[in-house]
Amino acid sequence: MTASTLTKEEAAPPAAEPVLRKPSRRKRLVPYWLLLPGIVWLLVFFVLPMVYQASTSVQTGSLEQGFQVTWHFQTYWDAFQEYWPQFVRSLLYAGTATILCLLFGYPLAYLIAFKAGRWRNLILVLVIAPFFTSFLIRTLAWKTILADDSLVVTALNTLHVLDVTSWIGWTEGDRVLATPMAVVCGLTYNFLPFMILPLYTSLERIDGRLHEAAQDLYASPATTFRKVTFPLSMPGVVSGTLLTFIPASGDYVNAELLGSTDTRMIGNVIQSQYLRILDYPTAAALSFILMAIVLVMVTVYIRRAGTEDLV
Amino acid sequence: MRWIRRNLVVIAGLLTLAYLILPNVVVTVFSFNNPTGRFNYAWQEFSLEAWQDPCGVADMCGSLSLSLQIAFWATVGATVLGTMIAFALVRYRFRARGAVNSLIFLPMAMPEIVMAASLLALFLNMGIELGFWTILIAHIMFCLSFVVAAVKARVLSMDPRLEEAARDLYAGPVQTFVRVTLPIAAPGIASGALLSFALSFDDFIITNFNSGNTVTFPMFVWGSAQRGTPVQINVIGTAMFIIAVLVVVAGQIVTNRRKKTATT
Repeated sequence: MTASTLTKEEAAPPAAEPVLRKPSRRKRLVPYWLLLPGIVWLLVFFVLPMVYQASTSVQTGSLEQGFQVTWHFQTYWDAFQEYWPQFVRSLLYAGTATILCLLFGYPLAYLIAFKAGRWRNLILVLVIAPFFTSFLIRTLAWKTILADDSLVVTALNTLHVLDVTSWIGWTEGDRVLATPMAVVCGLTYNFLPFMILPLYTSLERIDGRLHEAAQDLYASPATTFRKVTFPLSMPGVVSGTLLTFIPASGDYVNAELLGSTDTRMIGNVIQSQYLRILDYPTAAALSFILMAIVLVMVTVYIRRAGTEDLV
Repeated sequence: MRWIRRNLVVIAGLLTLAYLILPNVVVTVFSFNNPTGRFNYAWQEFSLEAWQDPCGVADMCGSLSLSLQIAFWATVGATVLGTMIAFALVRYRFRARGAVNSLIFLPMAMPEIVMAASLLALFLNMGIELGFWTILIAHIMFCLSFVVAAVKARVLSMDPRLEEAARDLYAGPVQTFVRVTLPIAAPGIASGALLSFALSFDDFIITNFNSGNTVTFPMFVWGSAQRGTPVQINVIGTAMFIIAVLVVVAGQIVTNRRKKTATT
């Protein structure tokens, strides 16, 4: 650096002054005008409804005589006592489905990111395209796939898989439909793309040279995966598991279409309380309990996974 | 055996892909079925009947067109509002930034049924009649966050020097935005819009709570699972899958061609 450039740089600040000037009042308001419509929408149709639901959950009364806020917190305790098996079941099914999604989704995401070559875009399309076919139609298709004398069920029966799953209570006899296994299978299927896409995004960002470096240092493929690839894909694992677990815990479509009354999840209870039995306070309390459980679990999980900067 | 071990990842990945596509295959195959009962779950015999008359079922195509309309307006609303928020969040530093970020994140981190139920609580308490407008309001609300996320990701990865360059070349703020900023942000906006459309078109849980007597396509499918599933549902499902694949492939070709013309 020569003396002349130094003096030039020292002389620069006065020239740059106009740029550093405080923006005009009108300009400072720009971000607020940009935010206003969307944020108002969210406040009115997302936050305010929560307030209304909170108020509904502490009301008592009947549909005929009307409901009144009586600060009846007992509803929460009663609702939880009556429906805790459904809560436990929801978390169990959603958790199992999330783990299965991770186990099934990881190889596919890895395949798309590193091994697919010119097939990459086609496979991505095949992962995304089902989003545009109604998921209800696809879930109904599972009724055919898992029907009593279908190929899949016959094969599982011949391989004596159903004996094992019946023994641990996932299936009943040689049936799959209307058992927990059918519901978990449907949940896994429905939320699998939500696992694959974040996994793929984080795997794709990994620099291929890191793999080469690991191999140069005599790491076996398994060690490379354990020490390099998997840790670097953690953001994808965390967001993928959240994107599958949260919606799966509140789902009632799979339990309704593929399950039986013994596989009802908390979503089914909330839905029938709100839309059939019309017991609004209980329904509101149940959905707040679900929200609280999910938020607590998610917060603990994000802390543990150590990716707070994720959100 | 060694071949299997070496290609374990590929085999496992392809099995997952098969698991993902299996229902679509079943939907397609059963669109050529001629079922005997009310339900189209067991194969009977080959028939083209449903394909020749896709709208032959009462109310189905009406619900389909309603869903398409709602998805269209929800996409327009969510994309405009979401893009504005995304630009504000990436381009400006202001006091409420953290609060706005978490407000955007929350709808994505909440079980859908909680939002569905709370919206119903609002509409019931306010005495608002459920129908087209309540569905549209709800859909814009939950699509918004996804648009913000998609656009934000794109704008964040964009080089601010490009806009500076435009300004240096005496482009006004409007010209800079229309000629430089918007084209660069366009893929993010497009993927946000596409996602909104798919989410809105396919939404069942929130719609089920807030639709009253209005029947969207997913609601029609839900009802048919109780009353009897016409083969035409499979026809629509197959057609949507094909259209989606074609749209995405066409999009790929367009972007590839742009890339090629940009490099030559």
